[in-house]
Amino acid sequence: MKTARILNGAWQKSAAEMSYEIPPLWHTLQTQQTLELPVVNLHVNGEVKAVEAANDTPLLWALRDLLGLTGTKFGCGIAQCGACTVHVDGKPVRSCVVPIGSIGERAITTIEGIGATPPGRKVQQAWLHLEVIQCGYCQSGQIMSAAALLAGKPDPSDADIDAAMAGNICRCGTYVRIREAIKKAARSA
Amino acid sequence: MQSNIECTPMTTSRRAFLKVGTAAGTALLLGFHIPVTGSAAAQARSSFVPNAFIRIDRQGAVTLTMPQVEMGQGVYTSVSMILAEELDAKWEQVALEAAPPNDKLYGNPLFGIQVTGNSNSIRAFWTSLRKAGAGARAMLIEAAARRWKVDANTCHADNGAVTHATTGRSLAYGALVEDASHLSAPQDPPLKDPAHFKIIGKSLQRLDTPEKVNGQALYGIDAMPPGVKFATLAICPVFGGTVGHVEDSKAKQVPGVCQIVVLDDLVAVVGDHMWAAKQGLAALDITWDEGPNAHVTSDTVWRQLRAASAKSGAVARTAGDAAKALSSGERLDSAYELPFLAHAPMEPLNCTVHVKPDMCEVWVGSQVLTRAQAAAAQVTGLPLDKVTVHNHLIGGGFGRRLEADMVEKAVRIAKAVDGPVKVVWSREEDIQHDIYRPVYRDVLAASVADGRIVGWTHRITGSSILARWLPPAFKNGIDIDGVDSAADIPYDIPNLRVEFQRDEPPAVPTGFWRGVGPNNNVFAIESFLDELAKKAGKDPVAFRRDMLGKVPRLRAALDLVASKAGWGTPLPARTGRGVAAQTAFGSFIATVAEVKVDENGDVHVQRIVSAVDTGIVVNPDTVLAQLQGGLIFGLTAALFGEITIDKGRVQQSNFQNYRMLRINEAPKIEVHLIASGEAPGGIGETGTTAAPPAVGNAIYAATGIRLRRLPIDRALLAVRKTA
Ligand code: FES
Ligand code: FES
Repeated sequence: MKTARILNGAWQKSAAEMSYEIPPLWHTLQTQQTLELPVVNLHVNGEVKAVEAANDTPLLWALRDLLGLTGTKFGCGIAQCGACTVHVDGKPVRSCVVPIGSIGERAITTIEGIGATPPGRKVQQAWLHLEVIQCGYCQSGQIMSAAALLAGKPDPSDADIDAAMAGNICRCGTYVRIREAIKKAARSA
Repeated sequence: MQSNIECTPMTTSRRAFLKVGTAAGTALLLGFHIPVTGSAAAQARSSFVPNAFIRIDRQGAVTLTMPQVEMGQGVYTSVSMILAEELDAKWEQVALEAAPPNDKLYGNPLFGIQVTGNSNSIRAFWTSLRKAGAGARAMLIEAAARRWKVDANTCHADNGAVTHATTGRSLAYGALVEDASHLSAPQDPPLKDPAHFKIIGKSLQRLDTPEKVNGQALYGIDAMPPGVKFATLAICPVFGGTVGHVEDSKAKQVPGVCQIVVLDDLVAVVGDHMWAAKQGLAALDITWDEGPNAHVTSDTVWRQLRAASAKSGAVARTAGDAAKALSSGERLDSAYELPFLAHAPMEPLNCTVHVKPDMCEVWVGSQVLTRAQAAAAQVTGLPLDKVTVHNHLIGGGFGRRLEADMVEKAVRIAKAVDGPVKVVWSREEDIQHDIYRPVYRDVLAASVADGRIVGWTHRITGSSILARWLPPAFKNGIDIDGVDSAADIPYDIPNLRVEFQRDEPPAVPTGFWRGVGPNNNVFAIESFLDELAKKAGKDPVAFRRDMLGKVPRLRAALDLVASKAGWGTPLPARTGRGVAAQTAFGSFIATVAEVKVDENGDVHVQRIVSAVDTGIVVNPDTVLAQLQGGLIFGLTAALFGEITIDKGRVQQSNFQNYRMLRINEAPKIEVHLIASGEAPGGIGETGTTAAPPAVGNAIYAATGIRLRRLPIDRALLAVRKTA
């Protein structure tokens, strides 16, 4: 098997040479750097959460890796797939390209919190009722986009659905049911 | 879409039982050493554990162990339905958990190893799961009969309880746990008459979906062992290349970067979160040793493949005298080609690993659990029983997670890291270091006389994936997957020869991709059938139908789809219908696509209708969903899918240039199920196989232009403007 060479100065050793007792040098690095990192307060699902990360850190990674809200998914990182969609003040955004430093006190809603809103709950129910979901990996984003659509347009046309949902890729191909479920959610009380 | 996709709602209490994808998912205490049949007496009396799939506790709660992984195909639900049906369990009391790695207990009967793939979960496990359920039911009945001192034949099981018919006495399964544990499992328990199925055949709500609407479902990428660090990697962009020099001074300044791991073929950056790791990786200046493949281009690949396809291959099937028959009647020659494809599951490749001196823990979503475990054992040098694999829900497999390379790479990285590390590939790495659907070239010749095919030769040239992936399955130069749906072509052709010519492309690794061998063969055969129908002067449906006398199930599907799709009714200009028929994966499917080709050569697929006979259906709604999704997957490939190579590298990188079908481009889809009492067929890949030839034939009907390679060539289809 191939061996590791660690490139950090003094410990350029192969993995074979590396014993497990070697103190992890990154602790030192980390300590130095943590001092420089700003604390950013994010208003997520009605709570204020502090994260220590650079201002340019995309919201996606702050949510997933620092706050443990793993319902928001990574799919492309370049605003192409919609898997990372969350709401900022009710508007759908691709969290993979929204820096945490740009959000301020605006309200962030994620898939973990969307069920507390009437459109979100309706969308979730319609999704289950019509069994939209296959692997489910894209569906956090789909549900967030659909909930935002219904919040703004309670009775969307096919063209409205196309416009609101075309940014969300589903590799499993659940589009036919997504369209039906949005209409069902719109009809439900 | 059919209207019958509404499902029985699931009780909320069920959700509490779902234990999928959690760290506890493989903490199955009793599963490891339980033979499928045999005495359960040695087991703890607190539960009744008749076999590796079923555990019933004193409260009557039934826990079913899932030998196959859930990646969207609904297998957790359909496997549970089969077990619960024969067990006569109370559906509301059923909970499930993922099986641990164990080929002996949970190996796929068709592969001999623990594999979820080839659309065969239901086909492969149908009998063994029914027997497991029926055996447990027989033991519970026996336990009750002994308690009552009556003949077991006078008792029956229903809805989680055993009843003595004449006296009306009844005992819930939970009350029989102790007694049943002392009994031996019957070797060959009688199975139910399918006419008496109560669960199988119903569209029950899927067990895995409620936690997928609120962010609670855990995929491999969501694993968060305490103290986990986050890593991302860069593999040498040229296939087979290695790391030359790494200049890391800038990367070390990136806030949150913890460590830089340089291996022979890749560099990984470990950080406090993925962004730090990504930024760190971007700040590295890596010089690669590109190795011998730096000159490979798509052109190299195609030239080699075309040259190989000119040579005769190993004969997979022969009947009559094909050579002689080709010289009679009217002869037509044609060749079809398919490109490399990436899988691009929505969940990018990832694997979380904690290597300790005496053990290794792995969190991953894998279609090959035992191979994932073996890869970690090999890299660490630890024995298998010191490697724990927590399998997770899979955010799309499509064949990509039939490989363990993401595990092997993550463990190599983790060996250099103190504590657990989650290695997440960027989408760019995921697309540029896939294990690709091979390029194929199919050379066909046929002769027609009196409206029928009388002679047929078909040579398939491409990779043998099985030769690498399951070497014993590659025999005498024949890849049984490579010739699947070609050697067993459903049409009644008296003289034919089908050959396989193995040709491995330079540099580019190849693997299974949803639809596997039949994708290629059904595209080539069904496109060619259309060309032959024209040659014979016959309607494409009638031409096929007349040669399907020996395959009545496919003929019935063809008849149904033709009527549902309005075959033969008029359409506007540059709009056409195309048909395709297939017997792949044990299912009989006919499909009609309706497309409009605009002036620019863009193809708008407006409607797809499929008629499906897949034998006994476990969960009808899941079958419809798989067809719908599979058709979309196939459309994406037909309309957009191609991986090209330049300078030994993949040229596509993310969804902006490796395009996916989106909701505004998705057609209306209608799937019609044909009732059948035959053994279940496979369904997960069938739609993917069906869509491309139906679309190609529809494009021909709309424009008169025959496309012989995919993806579609818009320039060919555009209306020519005069200069
Ligand atoms: S991950 Fe943000 S749009 Fe794809
Ligand atoms: S459900 Fe799998 S990607 Fe959408």
